[in-house]
Amino acid sequence: MTHRYDRTLTAAAIARVEGEGALHVRVAGRHVQEARLDIYEPPRFFEAFLRGRSYTEPPDITARVCGICPVAYQTSAYQAIEAVCGTRPGPQIAALRRLLYCGEWIASHALHVYMLHAPDFLGYPGAVEMAADHRDLVQRGLSLRRAGNAIMEVLGGRAVHPVNVRVGGFYSAPEETTLAGLRAQLEAALEPALETVSWVAGFDFPDLAVEHELLALTEPGRYAIERGTLVTSGGLAFAAAEFEQHVVEEQVPHSTALHARLAGRDGTYLTGPLARYTLNSQWLPPLATDAARAAGLGESCRNPFRSIIVRAVEIVCALEEAIAIIAGYQMPPLASVPVAPRAGTGHGVSEAPRGVLYQRFDLDADGTILGARIVPPTSQNQAAIERDLAQFVQARLSLDDEALTRQCEQAIRNYDPCISCATHFLRLTIDRT
Amino acid sequence: MTGPHDVVVIGIGNEFRRDDGAGPAAIERLRGRVPAGVRLVISDGEPADLVEAWAGADLAIVVDAMHGSSAPPGGLYRVTAGRGDIGGQADRGPSASSHGLGLGTAVALARALGQLPGTLIIHAVEGADFGHGPGLSDAVGAAIDALAAAVLADLRRKLT
Repeated sequence: MTHRYDRTLTAAAIARVEGEGALHVRVAGRHVQEARLDIYEPPRFFEAFLRGRSYTEPPDITARVCGICPVAYQTSAYQAIEAVCGTRPGPQIAALRRLLYCGEWIASHALHVYMLHAPDFLGYPGAVEMAADHRDLVQRGLSLRRAGNAIMEVLGGRAVHPVNVRVGGFYSAPEETTLAGLRAQLEAALEPALETVSWVAGFDFPDLAVEHELLALTEPGRYAIERGTLVTSGGLAFAAAEFEQHVVEEQVPHSTALHARLAGRDGTYLTGPLARYTLNSQWLPPLATDAARAAGLGESCRNPFRSIIVRAVEIVCALEEAIAIIAGYQMPPLASVPVAPRAGTGHGVSEAPRGVLYQRFDLDADGTILGARIVPPTSQNQAAIERDLAQFVQARLSLDDEALTRQCEQAIRNYDPCISCATHFLRLTIDRT
Repeated sequence: MTGPHDVVVIGIGNEFRRDDGAGPAAIERLRGRVPAGVRLVISDGEPADLVEAWAGADLAIVVDAMHGSSAPPGGLYRVTAGRGDIGGQADRGPSASSHGLGLGTAVALARALGQLPGTLIIHAVEGADFGHGPGLSDAVGAAIDALAAAVLADLRRKLT
């Protein structure tokens, strides 16, 4: 059957997302039948690479999954291995791990806010065109990213795919004087970070509130980043070891991709900045709390367009946390603790810039990896993104194809999807049949 | 090029995507063989990071894999850009590079920010296989020596 209003739209590529994927929207008559975000999932291949490797290797191997959030992959990996082996690094190693993760948040969020997301709000096709008119703004974004990368370089050995992280701690720990030099750079970044919050808070945001259940780590007393307990806005609370009992992946009839959902729940769930802020805003440090309040954020934020404000607030948060960690830092006597292999299964979870990242490793007695599972945030968010896009398109069917395509691209970028990890195109097709 | 200078060689790519690892492989081949003071950098090609890596450099040489050119797998390609160019070859469209958002965007962004290196030379090798997994295809693996030699030839030419 055909419809009078049937149309097929094809756009070449969506820029400014991390990675490769495709969005396909099918419209029949006046109704959206399907919005499908096809994601090619590199972690599936990494799970296969990992089998047969040594228990000491996952931090280095999984870091290669993503150039934007390697620390997240390293963190969830060492957590899982250490959970099997019963390893408990001391407080200074724990502090350095949080510091390194702060660096990744700052660098990743600065990239997304300035280079990927802000051009949408200011009417530019991309950061290059925005830079032509607003060189100072883009320079400010790059300076923030540089501050985050500086942490990664000092602690990780290099900004992309850090090499200093190991199971049990670090290969080498920085001296106090080294971190003191870093502190000055981070303190200098605070003002540009606060200006960023004010700047993005002034953008125009459409009224929108998503109803998904929200999933994030929480850690009473501080904003959860590199560890914590999983909680949802619907009242669930569970440890990393219970992740696969609560989060199930399944085939759905309308898509070739696996969808994640919370076991026993009907609706979709969302992880990432909106979830973190809504579930943990009371634990933001002082400057970030004040910045969020001044930006008009309440205790929760369920508008994906306003996620740019949350990311800006989280840059401030990560800078504050990093400065505080450096202020209290004492170089540990050993950069890592010994980790003896043990048979068993371990689970790790942390807050990647885009949301909860889960890993599981099965080890045999000599530490050989028998099985691995990686569940990145973007694949968890896929169902929620598709549902939001379907509603988004349904409300805008009167737009011509070009305008609708452009707005869909913007809506996708709200979620900062990291489809990536190696290649780089997101194609958009809208079939109006 | 005489007097004080900042020179960087940047290998772009992901060694877990087969021939996309050509840039990092070339950097490894160059270690210990470049003149003192030349920085060797491996990058995933993110534009902001590329701009940072070559900001202030008098000479930047970028090594990357490419796909879709008319060259056969393993074929080499060289293009120049820099502060002296107006609309150089390198920022036309996303792609001689295998990184859709990478090199072309980085050159254009650097140009908009006034942060292009004095001279930017791009060496690329046509890839055959960008699938998942480590290791270069035979054609690209066999071209890495020539790729490194081409970079060394540029360094000799520019630094003497």
